[in-house]
Amino acid sequence: MAQQEGKKEKISRQPMPEQAPEVRRRNFDEVPLGLSTEAAMKEAQRCLQCKKPSCIEGCPVSIDIPGFIKLIEEGEFTKATRKIWERNALPAVCGRVCPQESQCEGVCIVGKKGEPVAIGNLERFAADYERKHGKGELPPKAKPTGKKVAVVGSGPSGLTVAGDLVLKGHDVTVFEAFHRPGGVLVYGIPEFRLPKEIVFQEVNFMERLGVRLECNAVVGRTVSLDELFEEGYDAVFLGVGAGLPRFLGIPGENLIGIFSANEYLTRSNLMKAYRYPEYDTPIIKGKNVITLGAGNVAMDAARTALRLGADVSRIVYRRSRQEVPARAAEVHHAEEEGVEFHFLTAPTKFIGDEKGRVVGMEGLKMDLGEPDASGRRRPVPVEGSEFELECDLVIIAVGAGANPLLTQSTEGLQLNKWGYITAEPETGKTSKKGVWAGGDIVTGSATVILAMGAGRIAADSIHTYLTWGW
Amino acid sequence: MFKIVRREEMAEGTVILNEIDAPLIAKKAKPGQFVILKANETGERIPLTMADTDPQKGTITVIYMVVGKSTAIFKDLAVGDGYMDIIGPLGKPTHLEKVGNVVCVGGGTGVAVLHPITRALKEVGNHVTCIIGARSKELLILEDQMKAASHELQVCTDDGSYGRKGFVTEALKDVLEKNDIQLAVAIGPVPMMKFVSKLTKEYNVKTVVSLNPIMVDGTGMCGCCRVSIGGQTQFACVDGPEFDGHQVDYDELMQRLQAYAEQEKQCYADHQCRMNP
Repeated sequence: MAQQEGKKEKISRQPMPEQAPEVRRRNFDEVPLGLSTEAAMKEAQRCLQCKKPSCIEGCPVSIDIPGFIKLIEEGEFTKATRKIWERNALPAVCGRVCPQESQCEGVCIVGKKGEPVAIGNLERFAADYERKHGKGELPPKAKPTGKKVAVVGSGPSGLTVAGDLVLKGHDVTVFEAFHRPGGVLVYGIPEFRLPKEIVFQEVNFMERLGVRLECNAVVGRTVSLDELFEEGYDAVFLGVGAGLPRFLGIPGENLIGIFSANEYLTRSNLMKAYRYPEYDTPIIKGKNVITLGAGNVAMDAARTALRLGADVSRIVYRRSRQEVPARAAEVHHAEEEGVEFHFLTAPTKFIGDEKGRVVGMEGLKMDLGEPDASGRRRPVPVEGSEFELECDLVIIAVGAGANPLLTQSTEGLQLNKWGYITAEPETGKTSKKGVWAGGDIVTGSATVILAMGAGRIAADSIHTYLTWGW
Repeated sequence: MFKIVRREEMAEGTVILNEIDAPLIAKKAKPGQFVILKANETGERIPLTMADTDPQKGTITVIYMVVGKSTAIFKDLAVGDGYMDIIGPLGKPTHLEKVGNVVCVGGGTGVAVLHPITRALKEVGNHVTCIIGARSKELLILEDQMKAASHELQVCTDDGSYGRKGFVTEALKDVLEKNDIQLAVAIGPVPMMKFVSKLTKEYNVKTVVSLNPIMVDGTGMCGCCRVSIGGQTQFACVDGPEFDGHQVDYDELMQRLQAYAEQEKQCYADHQCRMNP
C-alpha cells in the first residue's frame, strides 16, 4: 500500500464528508460523517514520518502521532487505536472536539507548504473503526497495587486520570454529581458534534478496564473530601470543572426565556429536551434567538437553537471577528447553517412582556480601544448607537466561574483570587496532602484536550506518590 | 435504583409520601436540605425538600403534590419500585439557633418541608408556635406530626371546613400581636410566603422562607434557579433554598415558575390520555 517517498506530497488533504448545511441545521445527527477506509489510508500516506515530529510536541497528551498514522497507512487499524490508547484513553472524543488546528496540525511540517495532515480526522477514524469492528481487546494492565484512588468528576480530566491509573494497577473510583458520567462531554457538547453514544462507549471502556463509577454522588455534599480519606482512599483527584455560569448583570436578565448556556445545553443534551415530550424535560424553543458570546459554547448554543426550530439564530459579540475565541471550524459550521454574526455589539438591557417573557434586547455598537487585561482590545461603546433587536430566547454564553460547592466545604485547599484551586502546573498537586486537581477548576474554562493534559500530568504524579511517597 | 419502602396517599390522593431507601443521603441530610429525583431514563430532574430522614434505617422521606407529568409518574411508583436517580443532600441546611419565640407557618405541601425544621427549632430550645393551612380540610397534611413538633398548633382552612376559617396570615397577625416573636419561618405557595413576609415586615420580625424555583442540576452549574434577593441574583440550589423573606422578589419568582406552564399542561394531558384511554 505504501507509496514511494517522492510521491507523498502530491496527495491533497482528504476532505471530510459532511451532512449538507441545509439538512443538518434541522437535525441532531453528527455533522462530519467520518473518513472512508480508502480516504483514511490515503490521508495517512501524506504523513512524512518526521524524525523529530513536532506534532507530538503540539499534543497536550503527547500521542505518538506518526506511529499511529503509519499503522493506518498499513491498514493495521486496531493496532493504530492501541498506539493512541498508550497516551489517550478517549480518541473518539479527541478526534472530534480537539482544536487540532492550533495543536498537532498547527505545527505539522506538511502544513508549512500546503494543508497539514488531517491528524484529528485520522484519530477519529481509528477510534471509530475500533468501536465498530474491534474485538473489544483491552490494553495490558499492571498488577494490583492495593492503592485506592478517588477521582471527583467524570469529565475529560477525571476520565484521563482514571484510565491512566487503572492501567498502572490502582483501584479507581470516579464520583459524578450528575446521573450520567462524562461531564461536559455529555451535558455541554451537543449530539451533532459529539454523539453521546460515543462518550458512553468510551466510559464503558473505562469500566471494562476496572474503573468504578459512582453517579449521583456530589463530593462536598453527599460525601466530603476528608471523608474519602477516612474511607480509605490514598489519593484524590479533583476534576470538577469550572461550572458556575456567568451572567451579565444587566436589567431584565431574569426574564423567562433567558438561559445560561449551561442550562440550555444541559436541558438539550443531557436531558434530551430536543426529544420532548418523549423525554420529560422541557426547553423553550425560540423562533428568534440571540446568543451572547462567541466561544465554542456559544456556537454550540446558536446551532442547537436552529435545530430546535429557530427561524433566526444570531450570535451577538462585543468584539470583532478577529477576537472570536471559538475554533474557526465551529464558526464556519455555524455560518454555513445560517447563524448570523453581529460583531462589535453589546447588550445593555432585556425587555419583557406582561408575562415576564423576553421579547427584545437593547444594545450599543462598540469600537475597539486599547488592549485590556485579557490582551484583547477593549470594546468601547459608540455614543448614540443604541438599537433594539427582537427576540424570544436569549442564551448567555460568556464563560463560567469557579463553582464553590466543593472548595467551600473543604478545609486546607488553597484557592486563587478567582476561587479556582491552586495546583502546581508540573504535577497537579494542591496545597492539601494527597489531593491533586486539574482541568477547568484550576485553569478556568479551557478545552477538552487541555483538561486531559492536566489529567495526564496529575496521574503521573499520583502514581509516583503512591509508589514513592509525597 | 432507590427503592420506595413506604408509600402513603394524603389529601385525597393529591399528595403522596414516599419513604425511600437512600442510606448515604439519609446519613448526611440536615433539615432544610433537598434532593433531586429522577424517576426513569426519560424522566425530568425534580427537586424536593426532604420531609424527614432516618439515618439508622437509611431512608429519606419526600412529600409532593401531583401537578404535572413528572409527579404523575412519581405517583405511579409503588412500594418496591424505585427512583432511578436521587442526588443529595443539596442546598444549605437551616440555620438552627435558640432565639426565643419562633412562629412556623406552613401552607399546602410546604408543611412537609416545614416539619423537620419546626422539630429542630424546638429541639434547640425555642418556643415554637405553628400555623398550618390548606384550602380545605381534605387537603391538610401532617397535622398530628406538626402538633408533636411544636408547642402550639393552629390550623386554618380557606373554606372554613376545619380549624379557623381564612388564610394563615390572619392567624399569624394574631400571634404577632399577642407575642414577642423573634423569628418566623414560612414555607408554602409563593403567594403565601409573599404575604407572610409582608406582614412580618410590619412587625419587624426576621423571616426565613424556603424557595422552590425550577432547577436542573442543583449544584450551581446551570443558573436556572436564580432568584433576586435584595436586588442581587442568587442561586437557590447553592445559596439557598432558604432566604431572608423580606429580601425576596416574589413576583419574579412566580413568573419564573410559569416558564413551562403551557408545555407542561399539554404534556400532562397527553400523559393522562395515554394512561386512561
